Amino acid sequence: MSKKKIIGLFIPCYIDDFYPNVALSTLEILEAYGFDVDYPLNQRCCGQPFLNNGMKKEGGVFARNFLETFREYDYIVAPAGSCVATVRYRYKGFIEDSELDDFTPKVFELCEFLYDVIGVENLSFKHPFPYRVGLHNSCHSLRELELGSSSEQNIPQFSKIKAILSKVDGIDIVEPSKDECCGFGGTFSIQESAISAKMGRDRIRDHQNQAVDIITGVDRSCLMHMEGLARRDKTSMRFIHIAEILAGRVEGFDG
Amino acid sequence: MVEHSLRAKEFLKDLKYVNWHNQALWYVRQKRDLAIKSIPEWEELREKAEEIKSHTLEYLGYYLESFEAKAIENGIEVFWAEDAKELQEIVGNILKQEGAKRVVKSKSMLTEECELNPYLESQGIEVTDTDLGERIVQLANDRPSHIVLPAIHIKKEQVSEIFAKNLGTNPNISEPFILTREARKALRENFYKADAAITGVNFALAKEGGFVVCTNEGNADLGTALPNLHIACMGLEKVIPSSQELGIFTRLLARSATGQAITAYTSHFFKPRVGSRLCVVIVDNGRSKRLGKKDEKLLSCIRCGACMNTCPVYRRSGGHSYESVIPGPIGSALSGSLFEYASLPFACTLCSSCDMVCPSKIDLHHQLYLKRYEAIKAPEYKTKRRILKMVALLLNHPRLRRFIMKIFRVFVDLAPRSLIYNRFNIWGEEREIPKVSKRSFYEIYKEIKK
Repeated sequence: MSKKKIIGLFIPCYIDDFYPNVALSTLEILEAYGFDVDYPLNQRCCGQPFLNNGMKKEGGVFARNFLETFREYDYIVAPAGSCVATVRYRYKGFIEDSELDDFTPKVFELCEFLYDVIGVENLSFKHPFPYRVGLHNSCHSLRELELGSSSEQNIPQFSKIKAILSKVDGIDIVEPSKDECCGFGGTFSIQESAISAKMGRDRIRDHQNQAVDIITGVDRSCLMHMEGLARRDKTSMRFIHIAEILAGRVEGFDG
Repeated sequence: MVEHSLRAKEFLKDLKYVNWHNQALWYVRQKRDLAIKSIPEWEELREKAEEIKSHTLEYLGYYLESFEAKAIENGIEVFWAEDAKELQEIVGNILKQEGAKRVVKSKSMLTEECELNPYLESQGIEVTDTDLGERIVQLANDRPSHIVLPAIHIKKEQVSEIFAKNLGTNPNISEPFILTREARKALRENFYKADAAITGVNFALAKEGGFVVCTNEGNADLGTALPNLHIACMGLEKVIPSSQELGIFTRLLARSATGQAITAYTSHFFKPRVGSRLCVVIVDNGRSKRLGKKDEKLLSCIRCGACMNTCPVYRRSGGHSYESVIPGPIGSALSGSLFEYASLPFACTLCSSCDMVCPSKIDLHHQLYLKRYEAIKAPEYKTKRRILKMVALLLNHPRLRRFIMKIFRVFVDLAPRSLIYNRFNIWGEEREIPKVSKRSFYEIYKEIKK
């Protein structure tokens, strides 16, 4: 067997600052499968807030920085679908195609890495999670990274995320009636605050209608937005990143 | 500048109405889902449509010229309009030549775009929109809020009021069936009296020199059947190579638009009736400027409206919040490079649902993403640019960021609510800010890896 593959762990800024438990969970999961995981301390934002706002110059700087920080790793893994989608689809034009061709295929969202690289058949998780859990399919993981089939398409149904989650003992996964956007959308949540909030509340209601009081997903940013709404409305909905469930690191739950 | 968010906020004030609007359009989306799942080759059809459209756009000059030549051979008169003004004048002149005073018009977004109705009215010509939704909007002195369902923003009780005021119907009756009958009765008069018919064009066939108009109400057929003049207005992107490709598009169009297998009327016009005139005006109005550009693909749009029905923002803000002729994702992409409409590309979460429903596979969310490069330069976004630059500076200096976030964590923990939630905290208008951890992952990681 060749030498141990090294993973560069990318932790989005808001996860680093607000949700360290998500990052720790990701680290533990990856290490459990025998990878060397390195968290480069000088890493910065992937550039998404700037690229999505047309700020070419700023976005380009972050794109270049991301590439330089992570190019030497065998794999780059992040517990965030939309950051990975940015790296995969939005760096074109800022970085030479030839460089991207070598780099982009090494970048994975966590569930994508578990499913495609480690292989879904090789996955097992120690910690049971005997609860009914609503799965929020965030847009970038669903429609850009194609971690599942979306309701608009006429293709065979699949969900890599569900396949992974269902390996957790006792879990009852429930999907809401619509795979619609939660309305976070980065700066959209500020610029279009009213619509954003309405979209988020509609998603929460959809989950409530399925008798769900825990929502999980691969993007903590979507969950952060919906959590903010749920707490404002004093509903009891809990929001847990998928990595926390897989690693058995859910605060306040025994695993 | 059009400020979509303000219009959206206004729209959202009546929550019951918003939920109704949202549900009405979602119902159409669900009908569409059901219809497309009945044909296994759906995704293949979309690929074919994308291919055909992109091929036709590449050889657009050739196909338009062969359409023109063949159409003339068939006895159709062909006119070219470079912009809206030329279209107005051409149509106005033809009507004048024939002494036409009353015109019935079936739905055409192009004529909306070129403001043909107000022009003709200024020339003393009476124009009656004969599509039921457009007729409602016309009587209400309103504008369409959707390209396939122009009056989707108007509830049946309001339609009853509009009809009572304009057609003298009973204001206490709002059953759709009765309202439709009343409209039909009144429109018959307009059809009988019409001197000319104006229609749009869904597909022009280059090889055959004919064109196809799709409606569900038969109003285009009825309108063109009686008068001796039919003027069809078409955007120059409407041409496809031949009738061989047509089936792909008619199958895609109706399913995408309303979830029907095919529109109730798919009418083919190939030559004028004996003693009648059939005129086609081919309109550019800025379309050719997109050829060879990054947004060329927007010309593949077949105006099915599916991107509107699926758009979570559109459904909750209404078509008028865009203030552009064509609303929703395709409308924002079409007008988004103008500063006047700079807020539209941002009225989108980049959720990509529009890409997935688009029958010609236009990469709409990516197009909206690209439009932001231009839109952000709008003078109104000076503050936004400044803030983003400051954030970029912060995120580019990790040590500074960590220091500030450390202070932030303590602040959030200790500060009274009024210091956190105030007019500067837009996030906090509707939401609580995250419960933040005491330590960052960076701090924890450094400790565990010691």
